[in-house]
Amino acid sequence: MAGWIAANPQIFVVALQNHLWLSGIALVAVLLIALPLGLVLTRQRGLANAAIAIVNILRTVPSLALLVIMLPLLGTGFLPSVVALTLYGLPALLLNTYTGLTQVDADIVEAARGQGFSDRQVMMKIEIPLALPVIFAGIRTAAVQIVSAATLAAFIGGGGLGELITAGMANFNFPQLVAGAVAVAALALVVEVGFAAVERLLTRQVRMGAA
Amino acid sequence: MTIRLEAVTKVFSGVARPAVDALDLTIEKGQVCVLIGPSGCGKTTTMRMVNRLIEPTSGRIFVGERDVTKADPVELRRHIGYVIQQIGLFPHMTIAQNVATVPKLLGWDVARIKARSEEMLDLVGLDPKLYLSRYPRHLSGGQRQRIGVARALAADPPVMLMDEPFGAVDPIVRGRLQEEFLSILKRLSKTVILVTHDIDEAIHMGDVVAIMRDGKLVQYDTPDRILAAPANEFVADFVGADRALRRLSLVRAADAVEPGGASDGFSLPGSLSMRSVLSALLAEGREAATILSEDGQPLGRITLAAIRVRGAGTAVS
Repeated sequence: MAGWIAANPQIFVVALQNHLWLSGIALVAVLLIALPLGLVLTRQRGLANAAIAIVNILRTVPSLALLVIMLPLLGTGFLPSVVALTLYGLPALLLNTYTGLTQVDADIVEAARGQGFSDRQVMMKIEIPLALPVIFAGIRTAAVQIVSAATLAAFIGGGGLGELITAGMANFNFPQLVAGAVAVAALALVVEVGFAAVERLLTRQVRMGAA
Repeated sequence: MTIRLEAVTKVFSGVARPAVDALDLTIEKGQVCVLIGPSGCGKTTTMRMVNRLIEPTSGRIFVGERDVTKADPVELRRHIGYVIQQIGLFPHMTIAQNVATVPKLLGWDVARIKARSEEMLDLVGLDPKLYLSRYPRHLSGGQRQRIGVARALAADPPVMLMDEPFGAVDPIVRGRLQEEFLSILKRLSKTVILVTHDIDEAIHMGDVVAIMRDGKLVQYDTPDRILAAPANEFVADFVGADRALRRLSLVRAADAVEPGGASDGFSLPGSLSMRSVLSALLAEGREAATILSEDGQPLGRITLAAIRVRGAGTAVS
């Protein structure tokens, strides 16, 4: 496996870069959609129930199916893969953002309003900081899901480390196949551990006060 | 600052009966007004309309000369202290940050906020050096409630709203906190609206007590008058069959003596309430007690007969 990477550094690096781009763009898209949407849903509880029902359906669709569904809609390549991965990562963060914000103790919000916090200040200084651990757990889950599922982008020509696996299978090149598989596994692990570390750092103050 | 409610009505959407029904209420500057009544009587709604956490359907509310129904609610709340039952300390902020909440919103400078926070902790009997850097979860229920009051007082608001402020602390701590908070509020001459469902608390804390039922005021009077002359059967039931005893508990022995002393030399300290004197006389099988001042000098006597006279006249008027 290491031998294959050493022999084909160019192919490996391109696949890895592609994988990171796919995952990175999808994750940023998830953040840009899920965080504001989750916030809006806490203010529109009627809408929230419908949105959560839709998201829960989305969650049950397997990642490969989601990617393949993109074929007739958007064709093959990088963009359809990113769209599919965004849809795949969305539920975890949207649900956690919504749950995290709605779980903030109503008495604390009431006390904040009663002291003279504006609606915006209640959101920025009370609700979001207190929901941060749950929101961040959602970001981590979405990131790991996206990095893992990006492997399947190879099936619709999206590139990434999955290409090493599909090519390895097609050509009976086991070192190539294993190189792809191990690289994806390692990447998912790094993302998990890395995000957990950032999470600990950013939510330190909330955890200090947590029971 | 005077608080004045004029024909204030609140109708919640989907509920036919008004939660608060054309209520008129005036609380003089420096008075503690206790709102009390059964669940759903409108006491909490009334209080929450004063800082506009609930918007009145109609009527006007004045804090001082200011019509709060025309004020900016966020700005208004920064000048009204607010203490709630569940305390609502911000768990992700230190005690210092919690206490500094309103001063910070008002844009005080750092040095002034720091000095004020220390002053507030001293005021509520917690050592600033020990507690300012801690988080709420490190504190007991009673200590948290002290911080809740310190936070509400930090920007020195002339008016305080307290929603069952002792509901979350155990009975032993409650008695002491009531005593301490009352003396702080009196010393700072705050105008206070306090909501409770505990009649003993109402009698103990209130300069005036407003008994509410179905969104209306049933009786608005001093604790003594409410106990002595309940306006109707509802009030009489609400204050309890032992209202005569409760009334005796409002009077200090030292303030109720008649000339003379007990023939058998039985004596009691003047700091006791009349109720405690009665209890002691019954327990000891005595007819009278000599009441002593703090330095042990006889002030006069209290007899069972005199207590009987005082306790009389508490029938429904």
